[in-house]
Amino acid sequence: MTQAPILPAPILSVEHLTTSFRAGSGWRAVIRDIGFQVHAGETVAIVGESGSGKSVTALSAMRLLPRDTARIQGRIALNGRDLLTLPEPQMRAIRGGEIGMIFQEPMTSLNPVFTIGNQLAEAIVLHSDKSWTEAEAEAVRLLERVRIPAAKSRLHEYPHKFSGGMRQRVMIAMALACRPKLLIADEPTTALDVTIQAEILALIRALQAEENMAVLFITHDMGVVAEVADRTVVMFRGDMVETGPTARIFASPEKPYTRALLAAIPRLGSMGDSPGPRRFPDVDAATGRITEGRALPPPDTTHAAPVVSVQNLSVRFDVPNGRVHAVENVSFDLHPGETLALVGESGCGKSTTGRAILRLQQATEDSIVINGRNIEDMHGAHLRDMRRHAQMIFQDPFASLNPRIPVGKAILEPILSHRVLPRDKARARVETLLHQVGLPPEVAGRYPHEFSGGQRQRISIARALALDPSFIVADEAVSALDVSVKAQVANLLMDLQAEHGLAYLFISHDMSVVERISHRVAVMYFGEIVEIGPRAEIFGNPQHPYTRRLIEAVPIPDPARRGTRPHVAQEQVRSPIRPLDYILPKREYRTVSPGHYVQTGGVFGT
Amino acid sequence: MNRIAQALVRRLAGMAIVLAIVATVVFLIVRVTPGDPAAVMLGSDATPEDIAQLREKLGLNAPLVVQYGQFLWGLLHGDLGQSIFLNQSVGQALLSRAEPTFFLTLFAILIATAIALPVGVLSAVKRGTLFDQIVVTVTMVAASVPSFWLGLVLIQIFAVQMGWFPASGYGGPDTPFGARLHHLILPAITLGVVNSALITRFTRAAMLDVLGDDYIRTARAKGAGEGRVVLKHALRNAMVPIITVIGLSVAMLVAGAVVTESVFGLPGVGNLVVSAVLRRDYPVIQGTLLAAAAIYVLINFIVDMLYVVADPRVKL
Repeated sequence: MTQAPILPAPILSVEHLTTSFRAGSGWRAVIRDIGFQVHAGETVAIVGESGSGKSVTALSAMRLLPRDTARIQGRIALNGRDLLTLPEPQMRAIRGGEIGMIFQEPMTSLNPVFTIGNQLAEAIVLHSDKSWTEAEAEAVRLLERVRIPAAKSRLHEYPHKFSGGMRQRVMIAMALACRPKLLIADEPTTALDVTIQAEILALIRALQAEENMAVLFITHDMGVVAEVADRTVVMFRGDMVETGPTARIFASPEKPYTRALLAAIPRLGSMGDSPGPRRFPDVDAATGRITEGRALPPPDTTHAAPVVSVQNLSVRFDVPNGRVHAVENVSFDLHPGETLALVGESGCGKSTTGRAILRLQQATEDSIVINGRNIEDMHGAHLRDMRRHAQMIFQDPFASLNPRIPVGKAILEPILSHRVLPRDKARARVETLLHQVGLPPEVAGRYPHEFSGGQRQRISIARALALDPSFIVADEAVSALDVSVKAQVANLLMDLQAEHGLAYLFISHDMSVVERISHRVAVMYFGEIVEIGPRAEIFGNPQHPYTRRLIEAVPIPDPARRGTRPHVAQEQVRSPIRPLDYILPKREYRTVSPGHYVQTGGVFGT
Repeated sequence: MNRIAQALVRRLAGMAIVLAIVATVVFLIVRVTPGDPAAVMLGSDATPEDIAQLREKLGLNAPLVVQYGQFLWGLLHGDLGQSIFLNQSVGQALLSRAEPTFFLTLFAILIATAIALPVGVLSAVKRGTLFDQIVVTVTMVAASVPSFWLGLVLIQIFAVQMGWFPASGYGGPDTPFGARLHHLILPAITLGVVNSALITRFTRAAMLDVLGDDYIRTARAKGAGEGRVVLKHALRNAMVPIITVIGLSVAMLVAGAVVTESVFGLPGVGNLVVSAVLRRDYPVIQGTLLAAAAIYVLINFIVDMLYVVADPRVKL
């Protein structure tokens, strides 16, 4: 541990922290001998992958772990006062009073049956002798401080009326209600879009400066770490691997794990002039030795017919007070061996597009041709046959596998139900598929809960490959995975593509992964493609203001470049609901270079 | 406001349609079951001529369609018909028997809820403790106890041996109101205890579900004490399933009145329907079944309205 002696006393000091959970009759340590300090005005990041114990560290400091199943040892001091020996009533005064905390899931962290005014006022009343009326007045000021428009009128609204970003602002307002000395932010931006993430990070930074608050920032995202943290604690499986100033950690990581973690981060702009995708570097976790990823050749699309051809796809939903134009006029071709990335923020219609192409969602207007056959009027057997050639990989590897079916059977099922192979040959095929996705054949008899997230996603990929498809829709297929696992699964997808000539529609909000994996990129905004073109063109020469904003909002995992990026302007959330008789104006596209088109006019910025 | 009014009108129209269907089904069921009210009325030594004459008088010889039309026409005018045996209109018969049934249901559900809510909440909060295990076991046993058995046991102990309560009956209109209600205490406790088991289990499950939610952690993180976390943040969110099961219990109590009132000898609606079935008193059977259906539909409507109150995300 390096600690400069001139610093004043820390706000939070954690020494030899070991937290154990009850396991059977004994205790199993989930974090071991953790020690760090956070000073006033300083941001310390705890970074690590899932299961590293970073959240347990935060919850230990708040003493929010269940008392009968969790045991905390060591010393956690706030302004010199040991929190672990404090009686519960005094600890309650600390929680929300001297330590504020915000959580990862803004959508579920607010109580759905109370107004946000009620929840904010409660936080104030709990820690002061203000009356409820005074507290509500204070709540309005808090909402204004976190830049919620029309704060006063929104005070009596319920959380479900707020977007994710707005809810996280409410959470921040609540955490800061009593001017805490320390703010613990547990993955506060992980569930948010990049542009919203940039806004929330800027907001936390501004409020921190106003109050000279100490911030403990927990994240898995090295880009965010580089952006916000003065010092960084790297955790791995419950151990503190490395700690030090963020700039030093990024410039010269000492431990193999830190090096591996840094190498695995997708970095925007790391592609240079490489025309095709490039694999992520392979990292040896033991030694930290890095093998730079090789570039993959671009597919030859000149004389091959497209696998998928989408013309004027529109999906509209009628809702009680109007119509949602979820997808409007989307057209593109996808060739064998090619990856087209569909990027945009949540609600832009990218997932709906993917689902409509596979007829998992009925399109309002479309002409979709898969393998030369129009799927529009396909029914029964033809539709089943189409699904053999077009498969889907979903975002959530935890939810998309049936927990009661062994994984081998899950992979076997499509082979048998499409009668592709007889049963004995099908079993051999399952083994081959598991081998292809990097899993040993003996795992076939195990159930999904016995696997990690990355392994489950490999199983989902094996299942998608079972019918030897020519086209796969990968809907946020690597988004829920840890950095290192994300890189491995992305590599797997690229290898399988090179081997089998698969065409991918890669739906993602993660620009840095998209840059690595795709040949072409389509940017969607409010249901429309605003820009489409070769990957190098979109990232190197973005034309549409929305594309530029999307790229600018991605955190750069380089502390040296912190603050050099232009500030991302906050945009009002606009309603996607339009009147029933609304007819979308005809859009014009300008050709920037061969294959690179950008929409002129359109809704953005209007 | 306009939207809410529209939604209410839609709901009421839906309820009317349900009741119309129930009326038709009830009308047909009564007539396809074997047995003839005229034959029952005249006893075993009636001649076929007598029976035919009485059938004519009661309007039972008219074609089914005509009888159905008359039944519906009467319904539209709020007229459930005339009882064949009771020398009363069906409406009067129902009203005169409604009091014990109504108060018994009310008391039973109040007792059940008063037991179930605190026990269920506490059991969830103290999950895995001895208390919780006892609650889980006892409610499982209690939910399987037939109410008539528990009723007989309680009568044996508290009425026959202790003499605290009357063993059965209700008392006529001359009996003071308080004394009439006194007759309901034992039955109400019986039904309350039996029904509390299910509500307790639902309350416990709903609370366990909610206590694991993210906003509960948020409430603790802002320094709220356990009491506030449980009673304000968790219970309100658990209310929707709890309201549902309470509504179901009320409906089951109404349906179970037939058995309960026989065991405790209460002259309620359940009693009325039993005797009407035995005597093939078509109009009374029709009327009571229809009334029961109306109550069922009404309870559902009330439960749906309570959802809207309990959870702001629920729209009418």
